[in-house]
Amino acid sequence: MADTVVSHDIPSVYEPSLFGTYSKKIGMWLFLMSDSLTFGALLYAYSYGRISTAGWPTPFHSTSIVNATIMTAFLLTSSLTMVLAVRASVQKDAKSQTLWLLATMACGAAFVVLHGREWSNLIAEGLTLPMFPAVPGHEASPEFANVAKTVPQFPSTFFTLTGMHMLHVTLGIVYLGVVALRRKFIPILLALWLIAWLATPSYSPFHYGAHVLLVVAVVISIILWLKPKVYDSSDVEVAGLYWHFVDLVWMFIFPLVYLMSARI
Amino acid sequence: MTTHEPHAHAAPQGFLRKYIFSLDHKIIGIQYFFLALVAVFAGMFLSLLMRIHLVWPNASLPFFGQIKPETYLSLLTMHGTIMVFFVLTTAPQGGFGNYFLPIQIGAPDMAFPVLNMLSFWTTFLGFLVLLAAFFVTGGAPLHGWTGYAPLSALPSAGPGEGLGADLWIISIAIFCIGALMGALNFITTTLDMRAKGMTLMRMPLTCWAWFITAILGLLAFGVLLSAGILLLMDRNLGTSFFVPLGTVNGVLTGHKGGSPLLWQHLFWFFGHPEVYIAILPAMGLCSQLLSVFSRKPIFGYKAMVYAIMAIGFLGFMVWGHHMFMSGMSPYSAFAFSIMTMGIGVPSAIKTFNWLGTLWRGRIRFSSPMLFAIGFVSLFVVGGISGPFLAQPVLDIYLHETYFVIAHFHLIMGVASIFGIFAATYYWFPKMFGRMMNETLGKAHFWLTFVGAYAIFMPMHYYGMAGGLRRYSQGTEVAWINSLAPIQKFISIAAFVTIASQFIFLINLLWSMKKGEKAADNPWEATTLEWTTATPPPHDNFGGVTPVVHNGPYEYSVPGAPRDFVMQTDAPVTAKH
Ligand code: HEM
Ligand SMILES: [Cu+2]
Repeated sequence: MADTVVSHDIPSVYEPSLFGTYSKKIGMWLFLMSDSLTFGALLYAYSYGRISTAGWPTPFHSTSIVNATIMTAFLLTSSLTMVLAVRASVQKDAKSQTLWLLATMACGAAFVVLHGREWSNLIAEGLTLPMFPAVPGHEASPEFANVAKTVPQFPSTFFTLTGMHMLHVTLGIVYLGVVALRRKFIPILLALWLIAWLATPSYSPFHYGAHVLLVVAVVISIILWLKPKVYDSSDVEVAGLYWHFVDLVWMFIFPLVYLMSARI
Repeated sequence: MTTHEPHAHAAPQGFLRKYIFSLDHKIIGIQYFFLALVAVFAGMFLSLLMRIHLVWPNASLPFFGQIKPETYLSLLTMHGTIMVFFVLTTAPQGGFGNYFLPIQIGAPDMAFPVLNMLSFWTTFLGFLVLLAAFFVTGGAPLHGWTGYAPLSALPSAGPGEGLGADLWIISIAIFCIGALMGALNFITTTLDMRAKGMTLMRMPLTCWAWFITAILGLLAFGVLLSAGILLLMDRNLGTSFFVPLGTVNGVLTGHKGGSPLLWQHLFWFFGHPEVYIAILPAMGLCSQLLSVFSRKPIFGYKAMVYAIMAIGFLGFMVWGHHMFMSGMSPYSAFAFSIMTMGIGVPSAIKTFNWLGTLWRGRIRFSSPMLFAIGFVSLFVVGGISGPFLAQPVLDIYLHETYFVIAHFHLIMGVASIFGIFAATYYWFPKMFGRMMNETLGKAHFWLTFVGAYAIFMPMHYYGMAGGLRRYSQGTEVAWINSLAPIQKFISIAAFVTIASQFIFLINLLWSMKKGEKAADNPWEATTLEWTTATPPPHDNFGGVTPVVHNGPYEYSVPGAPRDFVMQTDAPVTAKH
C-alpha cells in the first residue's frame, strides 16, 4: 500500500503557496470571507427593516443590557484563552493546549447558556415570533407584547441575527471539542444533545434547536471515519481563526441589536 | 520549511470507499457529471411537457394529466431550478472542474478531499429534496426559479406553495452549502497546489475560469443561503422579512412591514453572478478548444485572463438590471444600466480573441471543436440582446416577455450546455479511456445547433409582439393567440432537438463500453492531463509531480519538432 500513498510535502516540487501559508489556513480564510457575506446579508436585511420601519422600538431594559454585557465579557475572555491555546500548541505543550481549549469552550458555553436564558425570558415576556409556541402559565409584559405586535420586524431581526450567531458559537464549541479531544468528543456531544433536548420544555425553541448537535455529531463521525487523524498545531491555529471571527461578528451584533435598542 | 501540508491518502480499497464515498477528485467529478446528466434529462422532460401544453392546451400529459395553470407554473419552476442549479452550476464546475483542475495544474488531488466528497453528497441530497417537491401534497412550487416573494413567502398563496415550496427552499439552501464547500476547495487548490513551473500565468484558461467561477460562487452563494433562511423563517416562524401588510386570496396574512424588494435584492445579488458561474467555465473551455483545434496559440492570453476577472468583478455590480420594473429611482436604474453595458466590453474582448484564434488556423473540425464554435456563435447572438434589455425604458416593455427567455436561454442555457457537450467530447477519452463516435457526434451537433436557433430565435419576435413569459393560457387570449403559429413552430423544433439529445446519450453510454480505445493524447494537446496515462492513476501522475516549462498554448511553434509543445517539454523560447 505504501507505494500508492500520495504525498506532496516536498516543497521543491510545487510552486510556492499564497503568502507561504498552508492550505487549511487559506481554506479557513476563504470560509470566513463567505461567512461574512452570509452575515452581511442578514445585517443588510436588518438595516433594511430598521430604516423602512417608522418608530423602531427601544425596549431593552438594563437587565437585558447587563446580561448581554456579561455575555460579551465571556466571549472576549474566550478569545484570550483561544490565543493561549494557540500559543501552547506552538510550544508543543499538549496538556495546556487541551486545557486552554476546554477553557475556551467553557466560556463559549457560558455565552450560549446566558443567551438562551435571555431568549427564553424575552419570549415569555411576549417578545416573540408569531409561530413560537406561547409559554404556558406566564403573563406577557404589555410592553414587549406590543412591540412584537406593532413592529414585527423587531423580533424577526433580533431572533434571526442572534440565532445565527448562537449557531456559529455552538458549532465553534463543537469544532474546538473535536480538535481537543477528537473521537472522544463524540460521546460527550451526544450526551450534550440529550441533556439539551430533555432539559428544555417542549415549547422552547431550543427543544428543537438541540437537534443541531445530533446532526453535527453524525457529520463529525463520518469525517473522522474517513480521515482519522491527529490534530496538530495548525489545526488549533485554524480553529482559532474561526473562533475569533465569531467573536468579531458579535462585536457588530451587540451594538446594533442591543445597544442601539436600549431604553435610556 | 515545508509550506504544503502533508497530503496523503492511500488508494482506496473496497467498492464503497472506491466508488461511492470516494475521496478521489476524479471519481467525484464523474459523480457530479452523472448527477447533472440525470438532472438535464429530467429538466428537459419538463420543458417537453410545457411545450406540448402551450400548443395543445387540452392534451393530457404523462404524470401530470390535464395541465392546469398552476401545474404549468410548477413545471417551469422545477425546470428552471433543475437546469440552473443542478445542470449549469453542477456539470461545468463540479464535474469537469473537479476532474481536471487538479490534473491541469499538476496536483495529486484537491486540497481538501474529504470536503470535496461532502460537497458532492450535499449537492446530491439537495437534488433529492428538490425532486421530493413533486410528490408532496400540493405539488411543486409555483414561484419560478427566482422565488419572488410574497408568492414564495406565503404557504397559502397557491397549491404548490405549501410543503413543496419549503422543500424547494431547503433544497436551494443545501445546494448553497455544497457549492460553498466546492468553491473554497477550488480556490485553495488553485492557489496552493500548482506544480513547479505552473505559475498563474501559465495556467490553462480553463483553470482560470474555474478559479474565478469559484470566487464568484464563494461570494454569491453565502448571500443566497441567508436569503433562503429568511424566506424559510417568513414561512414557518411568521416573520415578515419579505411580506408587507396585505391579504392573500381575501384573507389577512398576519404579516406586516416586510419588503418584497428585499428578496429581489438578495436574490439578484446572487442571481447575476450565478449566470456567470454558469457561463465562465464554458468560456474557459472554449478558449482552450479553439486553440487546440486551430493549432494556434490562443489570441491574447493575458487579455483573456483580465477579461475573465473583469467580468467576475463587474458581475457583482449589476444585479439591479433585473429589477428595473420595481419602481427604482431612475438614477439607480441609470447606474445599473451603464454598469451592465460595461460588461459588454470584456465580453467583446473575449469574442474578438476567439475569432482571432480561429483566424488562419488549421482548423480540425472534430466534434469538440464544433461545439466550441457553436458556443461562440450562441454567445454572440444571445449577448446582442443584452444591451437592449439593459435599457430601463426598453426593459419595462420586454421584461415579462419571451424576449428575456430568448436572451438567457441562448446565452446562458444553450451556450453553457454547448460548453458541457464540448467538454464531454473533448475529455471523454481521458475519463473513460475510449473515444466517442465522431459520426454520431457530428449529427448531434448539427441537429442541436440548428434546433437551438430554431427554438430560441422566434422567441424574440414572440416576445416583442407581447407574448408573455410564465403564462400558460396564451391560446385563450385573442391577441396572444394570433401568434400561435410561432408557438407551434417553436414546439416542433423543440421536439426534434430534444429527440436528438438521445443520440448523445446513446453515444455516451455505448462509447463507454464499446468505443475505440483512446491514446494518451488523442487531440495532440499540450496541457498536463494529456501527459499522464489514460485514465489517470489514483494520484494522477503515477508517483511523480510534473515540472512545467511552457505556457499552455504552444502550438505551431517555429522550429519545434511537432506542431505542439507540451507544457512539460523542454522550454521553448520562440516568440509568436
Ligand atoms: C453583454 C452582456 C449582457 C447584458 C448587457 C445582459 C443584460 C441583461 C438584462 C438587462 C437582463 C434583465 C432582463 C429582464 O429580466 O427584464 C438580463 C436577464 C438575464 N440574463 Fe443577461 N445580459 C448579458 C449577458 C448575460 C450572460 C453572459 C448570461 C448568462 C450566462 C445572462 C443570463 C441572463 C439571465 C439568466 C437572465 C434572466 C433571469 C430571469 O429573469 O429569470 N446574461 N440580462
Ligand atoms: Cu443579470
